Amino acid sequence: MQQAISAISEWMLPLLVGVILLHGIVKRVPIYSAFVDGAKGGFGTAVRLIPHLIAMVVAVSVFRASGAMDLLVKCLHPVLNWLHIPAEVAPMGILRPISGQGSLAMMIDIFQKHGPDSWLGMLASTMQASSDTTLYILTVYFGSVGISRFRYALKVGLLSDFISVLASVFAVSLFSGMIHF
Amino acid sequence: MIDFIWLTLFLSGIVTAMFTGHMSHVANAILKGAESGVQLSIGLISAIALWLGLMKIAEQAGAVAWLSARLRPVARFLFPSVPPDHPAMGAILANMSANLLGIGNAATPLGLQAMRELQTLNPDKETASDAMCTLLAVNTASITLIPTTVIAMRMQYHSAHPTAVVGTTLIASAIGTVAAIALDRMYRAIDRRRRGRA
Repeated sequence: MQQAISAISEWMLPLLVGVILLHGIVKRVPIYSAFVDGAKGGFGTAVRLIPHLIAMVVAVSVFRASGAMDLLVKCLHPVLNWLHIPAEVAPMGILRPISGQGSLAMMIDIFQKHGPDSWLGMLASTMQASSDTTLYILTVYFGSVGISRFRYALKVGLLSDFISVLASVFAVSLFSGMIHF
Repeated sequence: MIDFIWLTLFLSGIVTAMFTGHMSHVANAILKGAESGVQLSIGLISAIALWLGLMKIAEQAGAVAWLSARLRPVARFLFPSVPPDHPAMGAILANMSANLLGIGNAATPLGLQAMRELQTLNPDKETASDAMCTLLAVNTASITLIPTTVIAMRMQYHSAHPTAVVGTTLIASAIGTVAAIALDRMYRAIDRRRRGRA
């Protein structure tokens, strides 16, 4: 099972690139210029990330270097353990619905400390990818059309964010063979 | 909210350092953190540019239009209050497709267009309609086929399997989306009952 999954994921990237290029050619897309046109946006996106990453990486570094992170992990351990959530990702889970770039910075922090392929790295990746910045989306979407009464939308968003965290733990456990059916 | 969390990270760190005696580590962390923040962003250019380029090809080849057609029955079920031929339906479909493909940059403007169209159907212009709440539930849970940004970051950190996250994300985001839709329906029913009484 595990070998099959790692084989699939090795093939996935080259295959995906091949399929996208071939499909583009078949549909008569000028693939080279389309690629260059899209890739141009990469620079702007990365540059826009700089202030967010500085802000969050500094804050998280302070939090970790002081020993506060260890303290939090120790305090939250019993509760989170019961939910099978590793305490290391708890700050990221709290930040995810509030700031997408902030939680992205925390994911990178986990990559640096534990590696992207570790259990924690996979969990952080899945948490980041499987949810969105609920508060931002609510503010922007409702704000753009002048809606001031959100009704139950915030409650639904935050509750489903929490379920997404649990679902991420479940999905990563499933893939790492920790759960057997 | 973000202000509060940011402040908490700093203050709790500084206060903890007073007791643990790690103040020099903290001082160092402030300077080193800013430095690595910049390095991280610059390092990301390669991977983000690669994905944005590839997704542009997919977009121009009609991936969004293709997915929209496939999603139409799902959208009809999710948005019973929107007439199937209304422009709002088209915008909702395009928004859902862009989300699925992980083209976040495209999903947001399409979502905003859907909101504008839904607002034309909304009797009370200051209160969210049922369809709007559902659109937001679907968007915040964001079911994802290809999590482009996260794959890019994993490549940047020398992951042996950068795309391993595709499977886990699909499962987790599918569960999250089903939960969001169920919660949306549940709260809508509660909301109706409350309004009926009032």
